[in-house]
Amino acid sequence: MLRTAVRNLFAHKARLMMTVLAVLLGVAFVSGTLVFSDTVGNALKNASAKNLDDVAVSVQAESEPPKADDRRTTVLTDKTAAKVRAVPGVRAVRADITGDAVLAAKDGKPVGEAWQNLAANYQPGPDGKDGRYPLVRGRGPAAAGEIAMAEATARKAGYRIGDTVRFATNGPVLAKKLVGLVATDDPKVTAGGSLVLLDTATAQRLYLHPGQFDELVVSAAPGADEAALTREVRAAVPGKGATVTSGTALAEEQSVLLAEQNKALTSTLLTFAGIALFVGIFIIANTFTMLISQRRREIALLRAVGASRRQVVRSVLIEATLLGVVASVVGMGLGVGIATGIRAVLNANNAGLPDGPLVISPVTVLASLATGTVVTVLAAWLPSRRAAKIAPVEALSTVDTQAAPRSLVLRNIFGAVVGGAGVAVMFWASTLESSDDLPIAMLGSALTMIGVIVLAPLLSRPLVFLTGAVTGRLFGTVGKLAKENALRNPRRTAATGSALMIGLTLITGMTVVGHSAQSAVDRMTSTQLTADYQITTSTYSGLDPKLSAKTAQVPGVTAVAPLRNSAFLLGEDAVNLNGTDLRTIGRVTDLKVVQGSLGAVHGDAVALAKSVADKTGKHTGQSLDVSFFGDKKRHLTVAAVYEDNEIAGDALSDLPLVATPTERPKDDSLLVKTAHGASEATAAQLRAAFGDNPLVKVQDHEDLRRENAGQIGMLVNMVYGLLGMAVVIAVVGVINTLAMSVFERTREIGMLRAIGLARTGIKRMVRLESVVISLFGAVLGIGVGLFLSWAGGSMLASSWKLYETLLPWGRLALFVAIALAVGVLAAVWPARRAAKLNMLEAIGAQ
Amino acid sequence: MSHAAAVPAPTLATSGVAARAADLSRVYGEGETRVVALDSVSVEFGTGQFTAIMGPSGSGKSTLMHCMAGLDTISSGSARIGDVELAALGEKKLTQLRRDKIGFIFQAFNLLPTLTAAENITLPMDIAGRKPDPAWMNAVIETVGLSGRLAHRPGQLSGGQQQRVAVARALVARPEIIFADEPTGNLDSRSGAEILGFLQESVRAMGQTVVMVTHDPVAAGYADRVVFLADGRIVEELHRPTSDAVLDRMRRFDGRGRTQ
Repeated sequence: MLRTAVRNLFAHKARLMMTVLAVLLGVAFVSGTLVFSDTVGNALKNASAKNLDDVAVSVQAESEPPKADDRRTTVLTDKTAAKVRAVPGVRAVRADITGDAVLAAKDGKPVGEAWQNLAANYQPGPDGKDGRYPLVRGRGPAAAGEIAMAEATARKAGYRIGDTVRFATNGPVLAKKLVGLVATDDPKVTAGGSLVLLDTATAQRLYLHPGQFDELVVSAAPGADEAALTREVRAAVPGKGATVTSGTALAEEQSVLLAEQNKALTSTLLTFAGIALFVGIFIIANTFTMLISQRRREIALLRAVGASRRQVVRSVLIEATLLGVVASVVGMGLGVGIATGIRAVLNANNAGLPDGPLVISPVTVLASLATGTVVTVLAAWLPSRRAAKIAPVEALSTVDTQAAPRSLVLRNIFGAVVGGAGVAVMFWASTLESSDDLPIAMLGSALTMIGVIVLAPLLSRPLVFLTGAVTGRLFGTVGKLAKENALRNPRRTAATGSALMIGLTLITGMTVVGHSAQSAVDRMTSTQLTADYQITTSTYSGLDPKLSAKTAQVPGVTAVAPLRNSAFLLGEDAVNLNGTDLRTIGRVTDLKVVQGSLGAVHGDAVALAKSVADKTGKHTGQSLDVSFFGDKKRHLTVAAVYEDNEIAGDALSDLPLVATPTERPKDDSLLVKTAHGASEATAAQLRAAFGDNPLVKVQDHEDLRRENAGQIGMLVNMVYGLLGMAVVIAVVGVINTLAMSVFERTREIGMLRAIGLARTGIKRMVRLESVVISLFGAVLGIGVGLFLSWAGGSMLASSWKLYETLLPWGRLALFVAIALAVGVLAAVWPARRAAKLNMLEAIGAQ
Repeated sequence: MSHAAAVPAPTLATSGVAARAADLSRVYGEGETRVVALDSVSVEFGTGQFTAIMGPSGSGKSTLMHCMAGLDTISSGSARIGDVELAALGEKKLTQLRRDKIGFIFQAFNLLPTLTAAENITLPMDIAGRKPDPAWMNAVIETVGLSGRLAHRPGQLSGGQQQRVAVARALVARPEIIFADEPTGNLDSRSGAEILGFLQESVRAMGQTVVMVTHDPVAAGYADRVVFLADGRIVEELHRPTSDAVLDRMRRFDGRGRTQ
């Protein structure tokens, strides 16, 4: 039987190409993901190990929240550092200060991503240089007016040595002279961040207090025992306010952290690889079904000469195994290439992944080969059962028998039950109040999709009839023939269409949700935000309350309302409270008060959003027993209730209520209304009021919209990219189906040619069949995607009032157009083959 | 089209020539594998005549039909349908010629399983974008006795009925000539006789020209004329044959074949 299987495999090389390709691409995705994550994980681990190479003990200060002057206080002082230095076995101690510093580039715009703008202190050794930051050019900063920065940062910002650099930590803008450029392999910097270096005294003045440090990094003298050293260092530092960790433990912590991050990325990628493989199953199953139906005679003959049913099944499964192994091995190789390519592409886009050898672990090899092979064998299992049912007597019949079309009744019942359950779950999910019920929605989505896939043969009839009516109208007889061909084998058309449907369902769902979310955000800015500008800081460090008054004095500004975010617990529910200026809040947002009045909101009297009031059953005049975070119990009263408003949040109060004794008050944002609307000049004046601080973001409606659109768009695009492979495999499936159909219909095509259908007509017929199948997949996919995004969106809308499912018609039309293009493209090769068939041989073909 | 023109008066004697081969040769392969399938064949197929081409396997009878019908290319010589020289036609023109001027009946797989009998019958005209003449179509369908079966798909028809659909398809477009390749090869003798009867009837009653390749003497007995091929040449001709006469000739070929 092995020999039969091998012979069969080789006899149908060309026909199996597409199936191999489908398995291969899925496996490449899997192995590419595994190799990539192992390689990057290993490189990151090495890089972090290298950073910690010389670290025997680390003493990290727990920084207390900044008090009145914005600066942190730590327990690590010059004195502590001296004590640690005196511990026997200590070779050297670095006393580090770290903070954020946002640089303004030459053009005034901030440099790098906000969360990766590092500042540190330059610690020259006896030779006047800091070994941790090797100088590339110039010298280290030595005075309050000097600064150094990473070479990459300077290049990005356009600064040269000698230039005056403008930057901000979290206060006003500072200006210092650039004196040196250093090299660094800090992943945050290589990944698009920035690094500036200040002299220690300046850094302490900016972030801590004189004589204080964030971390003491101890390196050991040769021969010193790390554990003993750690114990002794622990004894030398204050017991409270600092954590002492050995270098080994630190490396361990880091590697666990890295592994966790890596795992999250890997499992996301593997999910999409799984979708791609799942799509591949349809193609494999299609191929084996077709191969077996073409081989009925052969199999009957095998049975007639004494092969048992089991042997027939085994022969088919061996064939599938061989195919799976071959495809997996090639896919594995391709995956390694993909992994290498991804790293290069990401690094070309400033991802800053460290270099390192390619890691191909035995687990990766085994997992890839096993996945590919198991998927192939599983997909071939049902067709193989069918092969076993072929009766030996068929070998003797003179007429070619085709398998009688099997009834779809059982399948339809099963599909209706599963799909019905899925739809019911989704309807239920759409009424759910909380986004925590996401797993329910995911289960419902999965059931709905499975149901539709099972029902696809049934659905193919009306849908293909519909599209076929159009092709028939447009292309006459050839269009009608194409439709009939697509209808001829509903299971095959369904499987091919389903493969395309899966990718499109997810893509459509994602697109609709993204579009709707975008519109909701737009609506918030356009309807609720009546202010012309929102001013925030890119580090979320907040704005000095004095700036609010300063802003109000900018010419043209008619109202400024600060917002200070806070929150309290009301029973079990967390309520977001915004402290604001109640005299101006109504001018910067469209606040509709339904009960009481905002004028009454002061002291312990607050205003509640209507949904919060409804949920808790409170109305004006009633009291609220709440606890602020930090267990501060307060007795509040409700002074007003307003229509839900995303800018005002759940509750509004006077500014003093949200003040805390430990923290200096800060405005999280300022909303600014001007007399003549947003203009470039006003924006410039506002920025000037903040000293052209690179930390401060002055955004008008358009800026806000673009920022949100960018975030949502990036997420949607990422999903498009990850689902790309599934769609490519589905296209391979369409090609596969067409190629096999053309092969099966050789004689028919010969006859059509003989009675006068030109080659172009044959090509068109195949192309239209392909388009009909692709459109079927697209309609299913878009339809299911729309339903799921509607149901999921309704769930989302329960907690996000402005959200409402909106259809991105342009995108949907684009998807249909892409499906059309896919149909035409997939048909290129099969159509050419069909047109090239030798007529006489085709007519006589057996 | 008037009904009178649609069903012309029966004529037996014919003057015109529907198709003609002159020094027609067809050679396959080159060098050692060179096979001469047709060797300077010259033959005429008269309008309104039912001609059978007979000969043992490998005699070139199918090749002759394929060449005359524009299904195969010719190596040298001339093949004409009416006044049209096939050798001069390109791929596209040949396809058009087959569609507009020639009808085909094959041994099997004549029909598209996805189309109904009626749709199969009008298929060549649909491809050409022409409308069938309803009166003529009815006449043809009635002649072959398919009236009640027009909405059936081939899978629901017997082999004989399927072949009748093929005959109707060949007739309905009123081609200049119909080529039939072993049209009864897959049928039982009763169905076969019916098909041959229709073909004969189409020639006698409708003035159709039919050329049929067969190796069955009984089938050849329905023809007005039998042309015998052997080794790529025409070796004998019979007019108004009986199946016995045909059988007799064939025995002689076989005998000669064996003694050689």
